[in-house]
Amino acid sequence: MAKVIMRIWRGDADGGEFQDFPTEVSEGEVVLDVVHRIQAEAAPDLACRWNCKAGKCGSCSAEINGLPHLMCMTRMDTIPTEEPVVITPMKTFPIIRDLVTDVSFNYEMARRLPPFAPKDPGPDGTYRMQQVDVDRGQEFRKCIECFMCQNICHVIRDHEENKAHYAGPRLFIRYMELESHPLDTNDRRELLRQEMGLGYCNITKCCTEVCPEHIKITDNAIIPLKERVVDSSYDPVAWLGRKILRRTKKTADEAAAYRRDPQRAKAGK
Amino acid sequence: MADFEAIEFDVVVIGAGGAGLRAAIEAKQRGLRAAIVCKSLLGKAHTVMAEGGAAAAMGNVWSEDNWKVHFRDTIRGGKMLGNWRMAQLHAQESPDRIHELEAWGALFDRTKDGKIHQRDFGGHRYARLAHVGDRTGLELIRTLQQRAVALDTEVFMETKILRLLKNSSGEVSAAVGYQRPTGKIVVFKAKSFVLATGGIGRSWKYSTNSWESTGDGHALALWAGADLIDMECMQFHPTGMVWPLSVRGLLVTEGVRGDGGVLRNSEGKRFMFDYIPQIFAAETADNEDEADRWYDDHINNRRPPELLPRDEVARSINAEVKAGRGTPHGGVYLDIATRRSADFIQRQLPSMYHQFKELAGVDITAEAMEVGPTCHYIMGGIRVDADTAASTVPGLFAAGEVAGGLHGANRLGGNSLSDLLVFGRRAGIGASDYAEGRTSGTDVDSAEIESVIAEAQAPLTRETGENPYDLQRDLQDTMQNLVGIIRTGSELVEALDSINSLKERVKTVAVNRGPSYNPGWNLATDLPSMLSVCTMVTMGAIERKESRGGHTRDDYPKADAELGKINFVQRLNDSGEVLISPESLPEMPDDLKALLEEGAH
Repeated sequence: MAKVIMRIWRGDADGGEFQDFPTEVSEGEVVLDVVHRIQAEAAPDLACRWNCKAGKCGSCSAEINGLPHLMCMTRMDTIPTEEPVVITPMKTFPIIRDLVTDVSFNYEMARRLPPFAPKDPGPDGTYRMQQVDVDRGQEFRKCIECFMCQNICHVIRDHEENKAHYAGPRLFIRYMELESHPLDTNDRRELLRQEMGLGYCNITKCCTEVCPEHIKITDNAIIPLKERVVDSSYDPVAWLGRKILRRTKKTADEAAAYRRDPQRAKAGK
Repeated sequence: MADFEAIEFDVVVIGAGGAGLRAAIEAKQRGLRAAIVCKSLLGKAHTVMAEGGAAAAMGNVWSEDNWKVHFRDTIRGGKMLGNWRMAQLHAQESPDRIHELEAWGALFDRTKDGKIHQRDFGGHRYARLAHVGDRTGLELIRTLQQRAVALDTEVFMETKILRLLKNSSGEVSAAVGYQRPTGKIVVFKAKSFVLATGGIGRSWKYSTNSWESTGDGHALALWAGADLIDMECMQFHPTGMVWPLSVRGLLVTEGVRGDGGVLRNSEGKRFMFDYIPQIFAAETADNEDEADRWYDDHINNRRPPELLPRDEVARSINAEVKAGRGTPHGGVYLDIATRRSADFIQRQLPSMYHQFKELAGVDITAEAMEVGPTCHYIMGGIRVDADTAASTVPGLFAAGEVAGGLHGANRLGGNSLSDLLVFGRRAGIGASDYAEGRTSGTDVDSAEIESVIAEAQAPLTRETGENPYDLQRDLQDTMQNLVGIIRTGSELVEALDSINSLKERVKTVAVNRGPSYNPGWNLATDLPSMLSVCTMVTMGAIERKESRGGHTRDDYPKADAELGKINFVQRLNDSGEVLISPESLPEMPDDLKALLEEGAH
């Protein structure tokens, strides 16, 4: 048993302060275990989110000594305990209370994404895809939506005003997942360029570093997306190709219309 | 008059796991006004924890597979207590539900010819589980979440439902709850409601379940006058982590065994060969050579005993530990390291690799895991009509873990995710049909609303009183120690006494601060559900004087053929007490019976 002081931020949108909780840590415990013990014994009203306690749901994101972590996957024996362990809520999102923040920005951005629109299935009514063709998408679908990449991204961490026109790393991997999906027919590249702020990212890779699923957000999603968006905007051959050849991907306007009303959009209205 | 907002919909779905999302999608596709209400954020429900896969007889890996074999496996695995019609619909419709997920963007692992890959699991004759590595639940919930969002489904996140209320003609018409961030009361009015609230495992000390699994749906249904069946049938998953203590109970997927992992005791022996029950003897290998050949040739070899249904494996592990052949931390060894390559293990079981590495400091490609039984799932639940998912209360539907019947006395791994899809959809159809046909209004007695609110807020108004966390701990100790994997009559009676005294203590719970994002208060409002549900589990366990599936009685160690034809039904009487009565299982048609007997190749 090691003695440790947990210094936890307490408060709400109107402000708050740190509160110290002296506690003892047992072998194998993670930060969330200690927070739960504080709840049960000292502060039943201490607000924090959690669900699976196994790194699979992405609910318990917080900043531990200034860096984003899942509290359920951070073992106490990996943190120096001579000094108080400082736990604060994610900085990028508005405070609700204590360690709980309002992450609705991420859900709103997800709603603005033109949805998956598959091509028709094969003659037997099902799809055929090779493993090699789904590998890339599967990497992005490992995302547990902990929103730590959004939290660490300086485009919105330091500039609240950017939230209106910046989807953020979590959504960029979703866009790339669909972009590389063998069955999808929507083209979201113009939307990414014009409304989702892909250009704001200057590939510092902070998001990749904090991803608990080790998704290579910058290398495998953001950079390829930037290349594809540039190709579609400025490459005259690609432009001509789109004009001449039958398009399989929709334009940004069509994609947006599809999102608003798939039935009407399909009927070409 | 308390301050609250009332919102009107056609269909309200309570719960945003696989079943709830699938039900809401169905209602939205019909063009109805549908909303989802859930206790956590969208995408965090317990479905996300499911690892191994979704069972569906698509025949992609073994063309011999079909719905009839799946039906047979499900009924036999459930120790003949399952509802035949649910098992039939489930086996027949699962493949379509899986294919539909692909059309909504899911990316399953593939076979060489580009079809959906299927993996082996306990109790399934053929490799049948569609999967994505060992994170299938995440794929399922994300796909359904994205589909629901694409359909513009309204979602009320972090909202707890306290009570369902009926109109003067007895139809469920309103759900009263509060929004956790603010504590603000909200009343949902609708023409029909779907309960998809999942399980009850939070009331056990060692459990795979999260804080959400407090049995809210079971309790809401009971309080609304619905029937529940076979609540004693709980599943203890054979393989939970046992060390470190802080992660004790955490799920270790059955996929480890499906992909070649074996169980050994402290003497290094594959002990499962000593525990093959008569009912599965004809299809289970009795020696290691045959068991090992089976992975590549299912036709000429019988399955390894490590892949017996979960109830058998859990009891066997329990017995080995009791006999003094356990590991230092009171489990047994699960070994895949000596049987498969490191590369294979990391590809097939990435999240298990990650979980053991980060939480236990164990490299599963190099050393054995220590595992033991953990509370996982309730087979019993709300009594529903198989075709429509209607409960016995008008206007109320149920799907997923909260509903009873499909899995009988023991659920096969992989049958839960397919259950969510098949019956989530059917509940969505049932609730939509009901909403469209409903003629009565949704007015409820405002005094009833007031009293629900007052009861929920009472802990906030008491100056001093019991700490809700103390009550939760005492309940978990009671259920773990007295209503666990092996039960006995005298201990069950003791448990009921203990639950009754907790019911008195819960009336004195006090919490500090106000209602806005206050976990202490949230727990205080969950405790009534937990206590009601634990009462039902314990009463069912007392009444079922036999051992069957997940329900094992020390004092009645054998299955009783007569009780195998009985559902124990629980409901409230007029004075609000839980009554329990035996009722005959629905009679299985002869053509389906024949499938069980002929072995269904």
